[in-house]
Amino acid sequence: MEEVDVEPTTTLIPGVGLKQKHLGFEWGPGDILVYETNFRPAGERSGCPSVHVVRKDEDIYSPILRKLFNESHHIFVGLQNITEDVPSKNKKPQFVSISKNYRSVIRACMEELQHVAGVTCCAHLVLFVLRLHSQVSILLATELIWNLCEVLFIDAAPAGCLLLHLLDWVRLHKADVDEKAKEVLQSDSPTNHLAYWDVVISFILQGRVDEARHVLTKQASVQAASRTLYQLMDTLLHKMPVFNPSGTQTLTEFDMKWRHWHEECDRCLQDKSFASNPHLETICKILLGDEDAMLEHKELLGTWYHFLVSRLLFSHPTVKPAELHYYAKSSMDMFLDSRSVPEPLDSILLAAFEFDLHQVIKDCSIALNNWWFVAHLTDLLDHCKLLQSHNLHFGSNLREFLVLEYASGLVSHHSLWQLAVDYFDHCPEFGRVYLELQLERVPLETERKALKVLRICEQRHMTEQVRSICKIMAKRALSNNRLGSALSWSIRAKDAGFATLISERFLQDYCTRGSFSDLDLIDNLGPAMLLSDRLTFLGKYREFHRLYGENKFTEAGKLLLSLMTAKIAPRSFWMTLLTDALPLLEQKEVHIYTHTHTHTLSCVFVCVFQGEDVETAKLELLRLALARNLAMAIVKEGTVEA
Amino acid sequence: MDCINAKYVSQKISKTRWRPVSASSLQQPELLATGSWDNEDNKVSIWSVGENGGHDSTDENVSGVCCTLQTLSVLHTWEGAHHYQCARAPCTAVVCSSPELVSVGEDGRVVLYKADQSRIVRTIENADSSTIHAVTFLRTAEVLTVNSIGQLKLWDLRQGNEPAQILTLTGDRVPLHCVDKHPNQQHIVATGGQDGMLCIWDVRQGSVPFSLMEAHSAEMWEVHFHPSNPDHLFTCSEDGSLLHWETSSGSDTPSFLQGRNSSMMSRSATAPAGGNQSLISAWLSGDSSKGRLETTHMLPSQTLSVNSLDVLGQCLVCGTDGEAVYIHRRVLV
Repeated sequence: MEEVDVEPTTTLIPGVGLKQKHLGFEWGPGDILVYETNFRPAGERSGCPSVHVVRKDEDIYSPILRKLFNESHHIFVGLQNITEDVPSKNKKPQFVSISKNYRSVIRACMEELQHVAGVTCCAHLVLFVLRLHSQVSILLATELIWNLCEVLFIDAAPAGCLLLHLLDWVRLHKADVDEKAKEVLQSDSPTNHLAYWDVVISFILQGRVDEARHVLTKQASVQAASRTLYQLMDTLLHKMPVFNPSGTQTLTEFDMKWRHWHEECDRCLQDKSFASNPHLETICKILLGDEDAMLEHKELLGTWYHFLVSRLLFSHPTVKPAELHYYAKSSMDMFLDSRSVPEPLDSILLAAFEFDLHQVIKDCSIALNNWWFVAHLTDLLDHCKLLQSHNLHFGSNLREFLVLEYASGLVSHHSLWQLAVDYFDHCPEFGRVYLELQLERVPLETERKALKVLRICEQRHMTEQVRSICKIMAKRALSNNRLGSALSWSIRAKDAGFATLISERFLQDYCTRGSFSDLDLIDNLGPAMLLSDRLTFLGKYREFHRLYGENKFTEAGKLLLSLMTAKIAPRSFWMTLLTDALPLLEQKEVHIYTHTHTHTLSCVFVCVFQGEDVETAKLELLRLALARNLAMAIVKEGTVEA
Repeated sequence: MDCINAKYVSQKISKTRWRPVSASSLQQPELLATGSWDNEDNKVSIWSVGENGGHDSTDENVSGVCCTLQTLSVLHTWEGAHHYQCARAPCTAVVCSSPELVSVGEDGRVVLYKADQSRIVRTIENADSSTIHAVTFLRTAEVLTVNSIGQLKLWDLRQGNEPAQILTLTGDRVPLHCVDKHPNQQHIVATGGQDGMLCIWDVRQGSVPFSLMEAHSAEMWEVHFHPSNPDHLFTCSEDGSLLHWETSSGSDTPSFLQGRNSSMMSRSATAPAGGNQSLISAWLSGDSSKGRLETTHMLPSQTLSVNSLDVLGQCLVCGTDGEAVYIHRRVLV
């Protein structure tokens, strides 16, 4: 077993474990059940009135985060379906757009959480608001990591474009600059605003040179004396080369151009052109990639990765992906104090810059409390063919393992279990087995839910599960005396045994009450009658009664006879059938049974007579009727029509 | 297709209905109600659909769907109306023709209520030996129910406890899940079954359906005629699709001129040539290859089961098991 990297966290369960009681636990469906107990009972009975359910993941119960699960399920299914038709080289833009979809879903959720946290102002909902804020920060972090993975792995931009994408990444996650800029520009005297130079430097650090120039013009218009100085800075900024990926310029040309510009900036600094204005001098130093100058504005940078990107922008804009990790490590070291411990987020980002995908996934799995993020990200990366088929020694590959874990967490939710089905479907090795086991455990409160679960099973040809669910529903219906429902469930499962059981119930009812219940069902059985012999008998017997009631005695008689000879009548019923035959035998006007028929009836009669103890009166009547019928038959058939 | 808006609502939707607007006002409906299922606490929510005017963005139809501030309160609860011997039974459908309400359930009962009375008006016990899935009013005192052994039963509420008429499909007794009547011609009824077949019945004639159409690959949950333009029919199903059926008879007469005529001439769709058009409803053409029958998928992509739909004017709403509500405001009817 592998070593555990971090200490397991301790969760305090309120109200349990007091009074020196022991704690017992059991695995529940998706959760842990904890109860108080005494392992060595001391005399009095130690009982516990309540069982505590400890949930690991409370996110799936949050109504706003549920949207995340539903929308990402939609994207996931779409992703699985696109991969077949197009050759993998052309799929990169599709993967990038899917990655952007995922990220937009995360952002939408985050915005909604922030909105709710903003409008909730009740005093007793403080804990709720705190939790919302923590959820927001977790989502922010996950989006940050996802975005970086998209830039580095999925989009996999080469040198040149790489920096542009990294700049976009940083800009997206440091949006407070725009607010500050707006505040400064809309004030009465922008140049005297406290945050004026902060705004300019922030823009430059983010590579938004044009906007920095625009803000600087305010200064230029105010201070006429230093106009040349500002014009010089403006020219420098204007001339800063930016790589254009769709242009005709190659990377080497750009590099050369950039070096020329860099030298020009250096000359300006050496000439002490900006010496009179410390702010402009700082800007010039930043343009030259001076790390100390940048580090003086730590609070504007905010994070070490912002520092990294700014550093690269001004010292090495043609950075190659393979060189990133060196810069990343050194940036982190320079930015963070030696005392502060790197947070989990920092080590995850560092692992990403080192292109160590497995470390990223592993660290995220530990840091986050549910599998949503790692499952979807790994699945996408797997589709981009970026994960080597790293077979784990306790299951299938990494992607399948994570998706299975995520789906197993979903399936224990009372409502989100339906989403899990699609996830299991796309796990080729173990998905089906998991699904079979889980579907049997979905609680079936209403028929509609049972129908949905059944449809899922039928679509995947899980015949065992179909039978088992139908049997559960049929038994339940039977115990509630809903014979029609029970029959329709057995028809769906093609369960002959249960159909026989139901028919027996009907026949029992008939014997006790003398009439049929649920005539609408039995009269209209249709082809379902053939499902079981007993059911066929029931249907035909009812038909006999109907024919008799309509005075169609000949047909009724023939039907009765066929019922007896076809051997589908249960033994116990033969006496009843013979008794039913009695009035037909006694018919004087219409002659129903020929003498062969009567012989047959007599054989049946003999069997019955030998078999059980039946009332002698009835037997006598039957014997008499049979004899009389035989006599009449012989006479009639022997008579030659004149 | 681009007029469809989706909103994720964090609850699986079991039913969705527009709030009716008066026929005289030409407004589109703006309020809709949804009911959830499979949650620990299920709720009825009212939503308002608004249209933002076009900003500088290219998509003009940015509709916001948000929860309104209107509150609902429970007026009456009829506890235990549906029950087995020792337990409660799920109630499967409710239909309202103010002030009368009729509900049906898995216990096979048909229960009648009046909206202002707290006691149940009448119960038809043992109405059915299997689960009744849906109910609709045919005329003022007549209801039609469908059950899980594939039968349509017509009940006259003024008379006894036996169905006035029973209609079934010959062949396999496939459970029927939904029923709706034609808004103008009350003898025409559409049902949807567990195998996704759409059947059109003429209640007055015979006990077998007029036409059978293969609609979906899984259970059909709801079928609705368009209330003002009944040549259009909408069905939704477990397989995640919502179909819009449009029919027209062979004649050139636009459908709104084909009013009601009590003499049903024949079952064929070919209208007699010349002036006196026999007014056959386009649905009873018997064979879907004669006459024109067009089907359109309304939802852009594969979703989980569409449980419910409602259509009013040009607005269509549906709710799915993917916890989303889809609204289409430019349905071509």
